[in-house]
Amino acid sequence: MRTIKSGTIFLLIPFVAAVCGCRGELPVLPSEPVEVNPWDTVSGDICGFFVLNEGNMGSNKASLDYYDYTTGVYTRNIYGERNPDEVKDLGDVGNDIKIYGGKLWAVINCSNYVEVMDVQSVKHITKIAVPNCRYLAFKDRYAYVSAYAGPVKIDPDARIGMVVKIDTATLEIVDSCIVGYQPEEMAIVGNKLYVANSGGYRVPDYDSTVSVIDLVNFREMYKIPVGINLHRLEPDRYGNLYVSSRGDYYYTPSKTFIIDTRTDVCTDTLHLLPNSNMTLCGDSLYIYSTEFSYLTNDWTVSYAILNTLTRQVVTRNFITDGTDGNIQVPYGLAVHPVTREFLVTDAKDYVSPGTLHCFSPDGKRKWSVTTGDIPAHIVFTRKPLIPLEQ
Amino acid sequence: MYYRKAGIILPIIVVLLLSGSALRAQENALERTGYTAPDKVSDKVSDKVRDKVSDRVSDKVRDEGQYTPVDTLDEVVVAADRIREIVPAQRLSGRQLQSLSSNSIADALRYFSGVQVKDYGGIGGLKTVNVRSLGSQHVGVFYDGIQISNAQNGTVDLGKFSMDNMELLSVYNGQKSDIFQSARDYASAAALYMVSRRPRFKGDRRNNLNFKVRSGSFDLIDLSGLWEHRLGEHFSTSANVEFLNTSGRYKFRYSREGGYDTTEVRRNGDVMFVRAEAGLFGRMPKTDFMLKGYFYWSERGYPGAAVKKDYGISLLNEDRQKDRNVFVQSSLTHEAADFYSFKVQAKYANDYMNYVMPPHSTVQPMDNHYWQQELYLTVSNLFSLNRFWSANLSCDVQWNSLDADGTEMFNANFIQPRRLTVLSAAATSVSFDFGLSAQASMLYTYVHDMSRRGMETAGDKNEWTPAVIVSYTPWKKAGLSIRAFYKKIFRMPTFNDLYYVQLGNRNLRPEYTSQYNVGIAYARTFPGTWFAGMQASVDVYYNTVKDKIIATPTSNQLVWTMVNLGYVEIRGADIVLAPSLQFGPVGISARINYTYQKAQDFTETKKDEGYEGVISTYGDQVPYIPLHSGSAVLGVSYGTWNFNYSFVYTGERYMLGGNVPVNYIQPWYTSDLSLSKVFRIRRTELGVTVEVNNIFNQQYEVVKWYPMPGTNFRITLSLTI
Repeated sequence: MRTIKSGTIFLLIPFVAAVCGCRGELPVLPSEPVEVNPWDTVSGDICGFFVLNEGNMGSNKASLDYYDYTTGVYTRNIYGERNPDEVKDLGDVGNDIKIYGGKLWAVINCSNYVEVMDVQSVKHITKIAVPNCRYLAFKDRYAYVSAYAGPVKIDPDARIGMVVKIDTATLEIVDSCIVGYQPEEMAIVGNKLYVANSGGYRVPDYDSTVSVIDLVNFREMYKIPVGINLHRLEPDRYGNLYVSSRGDYYYTPSKTFIIDTRTDVCTDTLHLLPNSNMTLCGDSLYIYSTEFSYLTNDWTVSYAILNTLTRQVVTRNFITDGTDGNIQVPYGLAVHPVTREFLVTDAKDYVSPGTLHCFSPDGKRKWSVTTGDIPAHIVFTRKPLIPLEQ
Repeated sequence: MYYRKAGIILPIIVVLLLSGSALRAQENALERTGYTAPDKVSDKVSDKVRDKVSDRVSDKVRDEGQYTPVDTLDEVVVAADRIREIVPAQRLSGRQLQSLSSNSIADALRYFSGVQVKDYGGIGGLKTVNVRSLGSQHVGVFYDGIQISNAQNGTVDLGKFSMDNMELLSVYNGQKSDIFQSARDYASAAALYMVSRRPRFKGDRRNNLNFKVRSGSFDLIDLSGLWEHRLGEHFSTSANVEFLNTSGRYKFRYSREGGYDTTEVRRNGDVMFVRAEAGLFGRMPKTDFMLKGYFYWSERGYPGAAVKKDYGISLLNEDRQKDRNVFVQSSLTHEAADFYSFKVQAKYANDYMNYVMPPHSTVQPMDNHYWQQELYLTVSNLFSLNRFWSANLSCDVQWNSLDADGTEMFNANFIQPRRLTVLSAAATSVSFDFGLSAQASMLYTYVHDMSRRGMETAGDKNEWTPAVIVSYTPWKKAGLSIRAFYKKIFRMPTFNDLYYVQLGNRNLRPEYTSQYNVGIAYARTFPGTWFAGMQASVDVYYNTVKDKIIATPTSNQLVWTMVNLGYVEIRGADIVLAPSLQFGPVGISARINYTYQKAQDFTETKKDEGYEGVISTYGDQVPYIPLHSGSAVLGVSYGTWNFNYSFVYTGERYMLGGNVPVNYIQPWYTSDLSLSKVFRIRRTELGVTVEVNNIFNQQYEVVKWYPMPGTNFRITLSLTI
């Protein structure tokens, strides 16, 4: 008889589970504050910084983190709880973040839109649809967004890229301008907008030009031939524009080019300066590189500083305490404009949470914290983030 | 466009229907004229077949306690005294299999313990199977005795295999412990065997005809026809055609408590396929023969991840995939002497795949074509030395090729790989009267890769891998047995792992798995009582996966490569319980599965950096593997009525990237109901089945951002003449 009873009970389990088992709804994902550096006192007018985590393609895991210099608290994932009504949070692959006026702008690449938030509350203001949008630049009353996907009719086989002009007052697209293939970073020098064209989707026919747009009539004036697969742009204080090339991962290595913006000619090629990402602080151009070759299936990482006045490499490793060995894939770089502390992010295997490391100006690690997936884009803010009212 | 294709296919089906009825008419005419000569012959054959069937059924009842009459014919057992499977597999067969609401083989596999099905949402989406967390590329998939391989990416999309005409599904951990098999049967860490229906004829029948029409949610229309014909005493033929079309559209909902709530429609999930199979079967006293041709053609949309989109613009997923799979396979088993039998099997497969990302939906358009070919030949030699001892020597030769046409870049760097694989297996089995059975096997694998274009390929591989299986039944009458196995095996890096342009890495090593399993099984029938029987088993296991091949990014999101990095340890338990009751005319059978799996990722690079504030994911549960999962099936039969309830539970899991809150995925569980009735009008049977799936309309995902359908319906009409 005992067997019978247990048999019946087993039969009942699924029914009970099915009838009673009304699954609770998923709550809004809460933010996760971590105290990482309560010991430092604040210097300068920088209140904190935002980190935009890209999230791997197709995972819908773009997320926003915030570090508060006044408390030393790093808070992961602040967007969701401040904007619970925004469907599927930030979306798929965050690609750039910038502050302009009182607004925080984020480019969400694979969700095809630009998110505009209030910088102090991180409350959603609006979103602006731009197909396959990549990077941001600002001047006067306009925002500029580079996008891979220009109009289909121009080149149906491989879409040429464009730059979209957005009025920051009305938050509407007012104009667009065709550039090269798969445009990446932009820089504004005087009244000219420079756009690095990569052509990364057209291998082996990479684009190799920097488009120059006249901001007065918003039309491309000409293209400057530079090198294949261009990515980053960084102007220095002397009218020069530094351009990074990713190479082709086979025979052409990554390097750095210099354009003289007075003549708009590529004047210099720094062959021995592979460049994945760079940022300028004073005359110091911080550059890291993760150079990969399909020929050897191996990659090399380097961290260099170039003096933009002398054009000499000051150091080949700005991380001086050996902790660079713990960084698998450097993916984001920022230098505190006042203290010159610098931040390096580690994207690891791209699918796990990344790490952000803070280094003192002399290159010694101060603190580290876990971020979202693929921490990549950092922006410092001079306006404090208002805590969320409970 | 579909309708034009449908226009070609439908007439074919109509012709089949007509020819079928013509044949029936002819047969009736023969009966009327008193032409009886072949009947005697067929009587003899059917007796033989019946004997074999009943043999097998009684085996099965003993082996696994299956009480509903199993109308399954397995591969025919030729060698008389050979030692049978030492450890029985998990099986689903016959009516039990057909009454589970399944769109494809992948759905039916949810009812096996230790098995995880990955379903990329939607009717057309990719479906793969993972056994005991070893990884889907470690699961060998066999169709009618011969492995289906995919040298390109190592996984078989089980969404492409229809349940129509499928008769038996069995899953083996380690390997099939039947000694008389090809070397490839020893060569995977786990194996799924799909066996399609083999013709059999009731009484003096010479033809069997079956037509099915199925329709339901997602604008489904599924038509199939089967014709089986007896050719003289020893031979029979079978032809089976199926056509399916579905829009794959369904609503899904994402919501957060106190937050957003959105309902969207799954788009670009349509599927259309045509499947045709034909077979010639021969069965002589000491010889068994089969020749089979398989054709599959499909066109489908890949629905993609339902991530956040701005619908103001047009970059929506429009990826399309076309497949064409053809294979011809044959096997011959012959008992040459009392102590010696051999089996020869051969296969040729030719597969074509086309993947398109149209220019209007993406900035990186793609139109890639892939052609794969496989030639396979195997010879197995069984020596049954005496009642206790048998040995098997088998040798397989396999040749694979992959050709492709894609972008300029792709073509310039694509090496056109070819692979020669030679496998040799030596195995020996003992089975003593006091209840101890054991099998030991050693497999040798040689792999040689070539490039048609003379480009550099991976070095040759020479690998030796052993397996040991032991089973002990102390008291035969008690129905209790203890079993254990150890197996070490590897999977070769696939062509994509090694040579895919801008991804592959020629320096990859094989990915090794080790498995240790102990278990206890109980199977008993109580004839004549209402508690008709009980089958139960508990297995606990420890597996490791070493040198796991994983994709790793290099300098940006577009540039990845493959590395031997991962190390995974899996500790798990599988529990199966299948009681069977009989109350007069009402038969009740149930099957409950529970799986516990602690699958931990101990990949070296995930090791803690040792910094405060940094979360370590070292030792975290492997993505998409639930700690707890299970299923339950309850079938009630009463005369020609059949009712089936099935329940699948998958516990909480984490998506890729460590066990942190953002990666958490809720548990899901679905309940499916089906009711069927068979109407008999003289010799004709009309079956009607109505199914309601996911009756509580649970919104769930198997893979994050790949939403699954809510409540859906299906009705099937089946006519057997």
